[in-house]
Amino acid sequence: MRLATGGMIDRETQLSFRFDGRIVHAHPGDTVASALLASGIRLVGRSFKYHRPRGILTAGSEEPNALLTVGKGPGREPNVRATVQEVWDGLETQSQNRWPALSLDLMAVNDLASPFFGAGFYYKTFMWPRKAWEALYEPVIRRAAGLGALHRDPGPGEDEKAFAFCDLLVVGGGPAGLMAALAAGRAGARVILAEEDTRLGGRLLAEREHVGGQPGAEWAASVAAELAAMPNVRIMTRTAVTGAYDGGTYGALERVGAHLAPEADRPRYAFWRITAKRAVLAAGALERAMTFSGNDRPGVMMASAVRAYLNRWAVAPGKEVAIFGTGRAARATAEQLLDAGVTVTGLIDPDPGAREAQDYPVFPGGHVIGTHGRQGLSLVKISHGLVEQNIRADCLATAGGWNPQVNIACHQGARPVWDAERAAFLPPEGSVPGLTPAGSANGTFSTAACLTEGWRAGAIAAEDMGHKAPAADLPEAEEEAGATPASWVYEGPGRAWLDFQNDVTTKDVKQSAAEGFSAPEHMKRYTTQGMATDQGKMSNVNALSVLAAATGVAGGPAGTTTYRPPYVPVPISAMGAGARGSGFAPIRRSASDAAVRERGAPMVEAGLWYRASYFPRAGEKTWREACDREVRMVRHKVGVCDVSTLGKIDVQGPDAAAFLDFVYTGAMSTLKTGRVRYGLMLREDGYVMDDGTCARLGDSHYLITTTTAAAGQVMQHFDMVAQVLRPDLDVTFTSVTEAWAQFAVAGPQARVLLRTLMEDDTPLQIPFMGVTDARVMGVPGRLFRISFSGELGFEVAVPVAYGAALWRLIVAQAESLGGGAYGMEALNVLRVEKGFITHAEIDGRATAGDIGLGSMMSTRKDYIGRAAAEREGLTDPGRERLVGLKPVDGARLTAGGFLFSRGAAAERVNAEGYVTSACHSATLGRDIALAFLKRGPERIGEVVRFVDHLRGTDVLCLVCEPTFIDPAGGRMRA
Amino acid sequence: MRIRCPHCGERDRREFTWMGAALERPGGSWGEEMHAYVFLRENPAGPLAELWHHDPCGAMVRAVRDTRTHEMIEPGDAP
Ligand SMILES: [Zn+2]
Repeated sequence: MRLATGGMIDRETQLSFRFDGRIVHAHPGDTVASALLASGIRLVGRSFKYHRPRGILTAGSEEPNALLTVGKGPGREPNVRATVQEVWDGLETQSQNRWPALSLDLMAVNDLASPFFGAGFYYKTFMWPRKAWEALYEPVIRRAAGLGALHRDPGPGEDEKAFAFCDLLVVGGGPAGLMAALAAGRAGARVILAEEDTRLGGRLLAEREHVGGQPGAEWAASVAAELAAMPNVRIMTRTAVTGAYDGGTYGALERVGAHLAPEADRPRYAFWRITAKRAVLAAGALERAMTFSGNDRPGVMMASAVRAYLNRWAVAPGKEVAIFGTGRAARATAEQLLDAGVTVTGLIDPDPGAREAQDYPVFPGGHVIGTHGRQGLSLVKISHGLVEQNIRADCLATAGGWNPQVNIACHQGARPVWDAERAAFLPPEGSVPGLTPAGSANGTFSTAACLTEGWRAGAIAAEDMGHKAPAADLPEAEEEAGATPASWVYEGPGRAWLDFQNDVTTKDVKQSAAEGFSAPEHMKRYTTQGMATDQGKMSNVNALSVLAAATGVAGGPAGTTTYRPPYVPVPISAMGAGARGSGFAPIRRSASDAAVRERGAPMVEAGLWYRASYFPRAGEKTWREACDREVRMVRHKVGVCDVSTLGKIDVQGPDAAAFLDFVYTGAMSTLKTGRVRYGLMLREDGYVMDDGTCARLGDSHYLITTTTAAAGQVMQHFDMVAQVLRPDLDVTFTSVTEAWAQFAVAGPQARVLLRTLMEDDTPLQIPFMGVTDARVMGVPGRLFRISFSGELGFEVAVPVAYGAALWRLIVAQAESLGGGAYGMEALNVLRVEKGFITHAEIDGRATAGDIGLGSMMSTRKDYIGRAAAEREGLTDPGRERLVGLKPVDGARLTAGGFLFSRGAAAERVNAEGYVTSACHSATLGRDIALAFLKRGPERIGEVVRFVDHLRGTDVLCLVCEPTFIDPAGGRMRA
Repeated sequence: MRIRCPHCGERDRREFTWMGAALERPGGSWGEEMHAYVFLRENPAGPLAELWHHDPCGAMVRAVRDTRTHEMIEPGDAP
């Protein structure tokens, strides 16, 4: 019910939203929770396991019950806390975890069966028979479990990530946080003040306290105004600090647009990474729940939340309210309710010495033993002294003391410490470097002490960082800290709930202890206590108290479970913001990309690059037809292939030759200018890392290529060698992969084709494995005489800006000669026919000897991997070594199949090798393959058995040299 | 975690690639020393000198990190 006056809402403006289709009225400033309560709606959700009716319990982000799905369609967001969601006009909200409707939930039969569903039920029951798990148990459990559901389609729009840096991060904008920010801000430090609420003030917004002679909220607003005017202070409201990470890095979730109607280009959330030299943890404290029979009935609410709804939102959560608690919190709640015209039907105070009150009945030494009411509270059953009686109440405000929000201080592994005097867990000291707790997060509960402690923390942090602390400026405030009841767990005849969302009762915790799961971490996993979306904020201390009692531990809870980020749920879309689609895997396009796509070539990914798979022509029905044609084209006419994606590194300096000698197995210092050499790089453990060409462009100038896949790795390797292993060498290098477009021109007509592009064709006279400058269509470029196809071949390179034009031209010329472009499929066939290796062969397990290139390992110099490659095991002739395979009867071969001796059973223990690359050779008209075979080169001419268990192939193959075509290499030298 | 790049200053750990412990390469032929260099690693609970590659600029960085706390005892220098 909305009160006639008061509250921080804009009464002039009317908003409306829907809750399960029903229209609810609200004002700016309202949360969904305050508006629902203003409309008298108490039942807002169902619990996870038993589908019990649940109402709004709190007024903050710790809310375990009032979880709603917000929005419609793919953009809808499940499990949004109604206590956090601000109302905007037209907002759609749905209750969750009920079927078919919130008021009539058929799954609530689980509750009737609850005696069977105790702790560990799932572990014990769904074990046998094993077969039933997939067919029966899992589908049923999945349907019954879970809270809100995501939409199947990706949501529109994207969340954002952002970064910030400061001297001091203040976590929380209540009294302590405001003072910390003020002290450090006045001292001149760069301050970020992060507050998850919509405005600064913390509890002052919910209480009727005065600070500095002003109402608390007004004082907070004046401090906020002063802070906002400081250029060195940044106020971030709607921003919850979610975790403390190494090196002063903090995570924070900002609700950028989650409180507004969706709009294109406005993210719902931004995930911040804030780097701070110092931090003050002023996250406050949350009121502790009271645990008693029937404490989950809608209408039972935190007393602090009752006061927040009264004072901040001008909403009375009930007409007849009872209070269960002690001290100032309980009395203030009663007085403020009366003041708002609400009937207080009783204060049940566990303190036997509690004084009487004039305007409402007090039950000293009393506690609640039960609640009544279908779908909502109507009666509270209490016991005081020897008397039991019922009290009318549609709302029960409970005040169980305060739990300091120590989470952030525990995110680096330390556990909080139980302080018996304050009956609270306090943050451990020094666990997060640079972080100081202050205020009620530190167990300091009076407003005056919070202000002092906050100021001191901010001033000391500023001084530590070299600023002069300003003179203390502490306003007058309430000095009483309030009282904590002697106990917050009162078990009665019925079930008393701890974790409301996961339906964990005191009985479950005791059963866990009885069955041997008596450590907090074991109890948590056995009962699911604290594993709900509130991460136990509302229940852990109570559960640990029950566990301590059950295991005979005196003096408070026996330890805690581990605190982990995030403090509030963070949508994955926010944490991974920017990493969707091309943000996750950027697309690299080579110069030919547009032309290739115009041709309708299917693209294949090569790292981040996209390369043409094949170029279909009219009449070709399968990729194989296109591929075979392209192979024949290269073997008989001329083919053109974009090879720009290969890594290209330009190496220069007086010691460039010595540097390359150190990274390649072969000597590059003996390479003559204008010549190219094939090179192998090893890892330090002796296995092949990558291969490519090395061209000497001048005395101290080389250009090397890497495979497309390993370009980044080789660059990193070069950095390591130049800066760490051989800083004595004077060499510099840079990646020029994206500076050059490079096209392979291969086939008997290669020279003829290139001649049409060059005014001066003398460069075409370079010998095999030569390199020279060349003008191509007047553009200065380079010409390499290298071949990955085994045919007469050149690679022509031009600055990348000319690449697209040259590609179109070169393809047109090739076509006029009866050739054309070829793609990755044909490229692969061409190289397998020649026995050239790729990363299918050099997969990190192959030595140079394994691939038949042992002779490339120089014995006259030291290089990376040389020593390790000399080891016995790496030079053993019995290793699996590269061979070619031809099926005896022309059958299909597939990569991944295993090789066995003829007659041996096709079992793992008998495997003698495996196929790395297989293809249909258009040139030979049969399948061929490259394989690693034990003692391979010694077995040329032997027939072995090829078995692909996955595809059911079992054929005999002839072992042959891995070069199927032109073994002498006459064609490419032509 | 923050690592100091000699070129770029203090940067977020995610801009770096971990390149292993900072060790002296003995060189020469295979023996105990090369075996230890390639395969054997200390696993101290405490300070550990490591190499990081700052991917955006290519600088190699040597830093000393406390493996228990991730405190950067030496936040990063040229190796
Ligand atoms: Zn850098």
